[in-house]
Amino acid sequence: MEPLLEVKNLLMAFGGLLAIDGLDLTVNENEIVALIGPNGAGKTTLFNCITGIHKPTGGDIFINISNKKHYRINGLKPHKITESGMARTFQNIRLFPNMTVLENVMIGRHCRSHAGVAGAVLRNGKTRKEEKNIVEYCYNLLEKIELDPFVNEQAKNLPYGVQRRLEIVRAMATDPFLLLLDEPAAGMNNQETKELDALINKIRDEENIAILLIEHDMKLVMSLAEKIVVMDYGKKIAQGTPEEIKSNPVVIKAYLGEEDDT
Amino acid sequence: MREIIKSFTVSIWFMFLTFPIMVIKVNTIEKTIEWRWERLIFVGIGSFFLSFLWRYLITRKESGIKKAEAGEEIKQPLSQRFFEDRRLFFPALGGVIILTVTFPLFFSSYQTNIMTNALMYVMLGLGLNIVVGLAGLLDLGYVAFYAVGAYCYALLNYHFGIGFWAVLPIAAAMGALFGILLGFPVLRLRGDYLAIVTLGFGEMIRLILENWNKFSFGPSGIANIPRPTFFGYQFSFDHSFIYIYYLMISLTILTIFVVNRLQNSRIGRAWIALREDEIACQAMGIDIRKTKLTAFALGATWAGMVGVVFAAKTTFVNPASFTFMESAIILSLIVLGGMGSIIGVILGAFIFILLPEYLRAIEEYRMLVFGAAMVVMMVFRPQGLISNIRRTYEFRSSKKQ
Ligand SMILES: Nc1ncnc2c1ncn2[C@@H]1O[C@H](COP(=O)(O)OP(=O)(O)OP(=O)(O)O)[C@@H](O)[C@H]1O
Ligand SMILES: [Mg+2]
Repeated sequence: MEPLLEVKNLLMAFGGLLAIDGLDLTVNENEIVALIGPNGAGKTTLFNCITGIHKPTGGDIFINISNKKHYRINGLKPHKITESGMARTFQNIRLFPNMTVLENVMIGRHCRSHAGVAGAVLRNGKTRKEEKNIVEYCYNLLEKIELDPFVNEQAKNLPYGVQRRLEIVRAMATDPFLLLLDEPAAGMNNQETKELDALINKIRDEENIAILLIEHDMKLVMSLAEKIVVMDYGKKIAQGTPEEIKSNPVVIKAYLGEEDDT
Repeated sequence: MREIIKSFTVSIWFMFLTFPIMVIKVNTIEKTIEWRWERLIFVGIGSFFLSFLWRYLITRKESGIKKAEAGEEIKQPLSQRFFEDRRLFFPALGGVIILTVTFPLFFSSYQTNIMTNALMYVMLGLGLNIVVGLAGLLDLGYVAFYAVGAYCYALLNYHFGIGFWAVLPIAAAMGALFGILLGFPVLRLRGDYLAIVTLGFGEMIRLILENWNKFSFGPSGIANIPRPTFFGYQFSFDHSFIYIYYLMISLTILTIFVVNRLQNSRIGRAWIALREDEIACQAMGIDIRKTKLTAFALGATWAGMVGVVFAAKTTFVNPASFTFMESAIILSLIVLGGMGSIIGVILGAFIFILLPEYLRAIEEYRMLVFGAAMVVMMVFRPQGLISNIRRTYEFRSSKKQ
């Protein structure tokens, strides 16, 4: 079976700094892949390249949607990439602070709806129906993730953990086949992290969305991921199952050696 | 006590600063110097009280923020309660409608003219509000589109004799076209850079109009522009003011209707998302190029239309009417009224245009008063008089028990 996402020999240079240096990565259907590595390893930069925020300096990024084989997405605009089925969250939460929770999620539906200026002004049957569908779709999604009590709350007034979850729901509203989560557990307490663990598993099992996540919380990574990719200085230094990674001397030297809690 | 000492130092400092202009007066004829010591006392006392009041208001505001952070119940803003209480809102709306419709019957054509003016600024404000308030793109050259509309009517009428009603949609389209024209080069700019380029664009249009004599007749402008007709009927001088007033009312209502629908639509949401966070916005699948261009185009449309009304009302256009000052006024009334809120912009426009007209006493100090008012607003109510109220939705929980 073809992998959903295939990154081949990716290069990303900022001036003289090679933030990503010949990286290969694959994510298969229904897989949870974790990307780990010390600070400044280039993990977020990889996400930015995949989602079109940066244009990679070299290499290829392919996605394989069921019938379109090998669809190269290098240098596409971010909204095109989201439209093709990959959605992300951000390391430092980027919600729309003055919009309500529902409206935040409704923005996720933008690329799956069509109403234009004329539709907005005339508010004809088609537009009204589309709008109603968007609202219902988003509310159902919020209900599934148990955020429905906050539906009319402004995003900026939410507790931190809820904001992180809302960002995931907003990304899910774009109807992706792959979710890219950038440190979803950052700043969460134990209880919230446990809930997040369950949530990510639920998204994968019930919605059939593959997941690529960056995370520093080793306990979460070990329990969630089926495959772990370790990066350092823009290079992939190891890849394997959690057990393999735990005992890999290269990884321990580069990364786990610095941590005491593994 | 510390506050008093602080205010006291402020007042001493002020007395010192204003000493040369307030106290010393050189009598140039008799070549003597007059010392007006009593003024020093006024300055001292005045600045003492102002500084004290300022400090008091600041502490009050800060304690309010603390309260909100501590999660205590904060009262809904007055404006919001007003709009939600239907028993209050509908009679008020009715009153406003009756007042606006019967206004020319009770007031002189001079007053009607001022009202028309205010309505024009309401429309301009609502147009710019799409760009600045909703999409968050700081546009300091908005007056350019106003000029485009006005010259559109003046020139088309001068050369081809096209009438008011035919030009109105043409000017709207021209406004939109120029909006897109401005939009393209600034797509990648943000914040300060965007503001400066749009400012330059506004000045450019004005300079072109001023210097391209063959095209726009330069600084002398174009005169004898016909007033609007009513199905071919030309009103007398006095009646045409009333006619333009009603015309402006209809156009304003149209604007409110369209802008309201736009802001509660898929496109309006995209604009707001763009304002809130550009990177998240594109990562969520919104084409920001398209979104920005529609904002510029749909914002400029209204300025184009008001431009036509302006030309028809004054029967004369020249570049001097379209200076940066106009853009600044339109922007300030949005900021004053409340960015992104339709009611706020309407209120802001009326305050900004009507107050100086009726308070002739402060006319000389108008800019000073507005400056002070803006500073006070920015400190105490940065969201404007009326803040934008997000729409809420009701849901029946469909959860299975
Ligand atoms: N836009 C940019 N311009 C220049 N350099 C950048 C840019 N973005 C990232 N970098 C550099 O690229 C390197 C990788 O950064 P990146 O944010 O990808 O690290 P990370 O692995 O996500 O680290 P962390 O765990 O702290 O989030 C860093 O040295 C950073 O300074
Ligand atoms: Mg990072």
